[in-house]
Parts: sequence; structure tokens; C-alpha cells
Amino acid sequence: MHSSVQRLNTLITLAAVLLGALCCTASFLDYFHIHSVHGTAEVIKIKKFRKQLNGNDEVTMTLNLSLDLRSTFTWNTKQAFVFLAAEYETQKNLVNQISLWDHIIPDKEHAKIQTQVSTKYPLTDQGSNLRGKKIELVLHWHLMPNTGRMIQDKLALSHFYLPEAYT
Amino acid sequence: MGWIGDGLESIRSLQIRQVLSQAVSLGMIVTSALIIWKGLMCVTGSESPVVVVLSGSMEPGFKRGDILFLHMSKDPIRAGEIVVFNVDGREIPIVHRVIKVHERQETGEIDVLTKGDNNFGDDRLLYAHGQLWLQQHHIMGRAVGFLPYVGWVTIIMTEKPIIKYLLIGALGLLVITSKE
Repeated sequence: MHSSVQRLNTLITLAAVLLGALCCTASFLDYFHIHSVHGTAEVIKIKKFRKQLNGNDEVTMTLNLSLDLRSTFTWNTKQAFVFLAAEYETQKNLVNQISLWDHIIPDKEHAKIQTQVSTKYPLTDQGSNLRGKKIELVLHWHLMPNTGRMIQDKLALSHFYLPEAYT
Repeated sequence: MGWIGDGLESIRSLQIRQVLSQAVSLGMIVTSALIIWKGLMCVTGSESPVVVVLSGSMEPGFKRGDILFLHMSKDPIRAGEIVVFNVDGREIPIVHRVIKVHERQETGEIDVLTKGDNNFGDDRLLYAHGQLWLQQHHIMGRAVGFLPYVGWVTIIMTEKPIIKYLLIGALGLLVITSKE
């Protein structure tokens, strides 16, 4: 009839197919998950605003952040990577996106964040166009799944104007 | 029971047929693997649609041995995306996250800075000497899908070639000796 090799082959194939189907389903179900993220971000203090030796403007700040990403977590979410980006337009560049602060949220219990932080990466421009510039603070989040499709989204939180003079 | 006698009589021709059909089915396996790979290349627009994570620089998101599916669309690269890039003078592509993007007004050219989630600093130390930014042509694709652990198969096979040859040998033996 059937040799043990054949039986083993069938069993392994079936197991692999089922596992694959399960992974696809897990990822597919994420399509139906609606999440609503809300948060606020405000600049408390401009700590340093100067022109670097190479002529690029550099800003470091203290930020007050309040975020709630609890609704993004599903059973297929391994972690959420969240970061706050400064976005602005200059004469030279149509798009400037600078990550100021980022954070890895491992689970739902840690997805509500209320914190005061210094910029992890300085806001550096390509050139010296930042004096008096309007800066948009945009929250981005990238959801890494246990398996399947990665999900990303963003939300503009607030905007502010940089001072007209260097500190 | 006449068909048994017929079968015995034509056993020699049957063996030739068997060998031929085995060769064809082996060819089918190889070509279908090739078709899937090339098809994926067309669909995703990326030179290598699937990559295996080799380092722990993106932990805890991606661990060594996880598989990433890449996609290279026309959409411009934006901050936060996980891209796979090749640095001049380095063989192995790197999978890291974009943390800064500058896009020119007229030409639409982009300057991109990346960083591994698990690394302390940005990637300027990994780039070619004196290189500050990645351009579009360095980037092979962006990661869109994720499958854990499966990449261990290839890691083990590249690091322990003996296992690869044993596996290929055993599979070849199975194909040759199988009766159906």
C-alpha cells in the first residue's frame, strides 16, 4: 500500500500547507482591523539651534508626547515601531522628513505613552533654511506582524515655527 | 490477467519510459521553481523578491533567519520604511529602516539615511567612505511582508555546505529510485 516515507511525505506536506494557510489567514484578518490612533506632541523648549560648520542648520529640542496606540494591536501584531518625524518643505527640497524620536512598543500594555523626551536625532537640514520655518510634527507607526503583511500609517499631530535667530 | 504478461514483455521499454518520465518530472520541478522566482521578480519589481535576515540589527522586529518579502514600486521612499540596500564595495545587502528623507524640488532625486532599530547610531559608518546619503539606485526594495524562521534553512545550508550536499544527494536518490 503506502510506504512509511509516503505517509511521512503526505503528513509533512499537509502540515506545511495548513501552517501556510493559517499564516495567510492571520495576515488577511488584519485588513478588517480598524484602528484609531490619537496623540499630541508639543515642543517645550528649543535647546540648541545653530549652524553646523558645514553650513547645515541643526536643532535639538525637548518634546512633550502623549500617544495612544492601543487600538493598533491585534493577535497578529509582534510589535509597533512608532516615531515622530519633523516634516517641512524648503526651496531646495520638496520633502524633508527627519525622525526626531522613535520607540518600539512590544505589547498593548505599553502602547499608551505619556512622556517628555529630548530629540533622539537632531533635526538637521540640507542647508540653512530652518530659521522661521514651519515644521509639521507627524506621528508614524509601523506594525510588524507575527507573519504576513506589514502595516504602516501616519497622523499629523501639530505644527510649530522655529525661531528667526540662532541660539 | 493478460496485461501482466504484456507488462512483463514490454518491461525494457517501460524502464526507458520511466527514466524519461522521471527526467521530465525532475525538469518540471526545477523549471517551476525558476518560473516562480522570475514571476515574483516581475510582480514585485525587485531584483531579489525575498531576502533572509542575516544580522540582529533590526531586533526585536526581525531576527536572524526571518524572511522578508520585498516590493519595489514607483512610490518614493519615505521615512519609516524598511529598505534593502546595497552599499558600493559591499557584497551583502543590508535591511534597515529609513530615518531621514530629503527629496529635491525639481528632479525628485532622494537622499536617504538609514538605521537599524537595534543599532545605537545611524548607518553612515556602514556606507562607503565619505558617503553621507543613500540614493535611489542603492535601494533594492522595501520590505512589505514577513515570515519568521523559514530563512534558517538557507542560513544552515550556506554555513554548513555538507548538509546542502547531503540533502541534494538524498533528494536525487529519492527521485531516481521512486517507482511512481
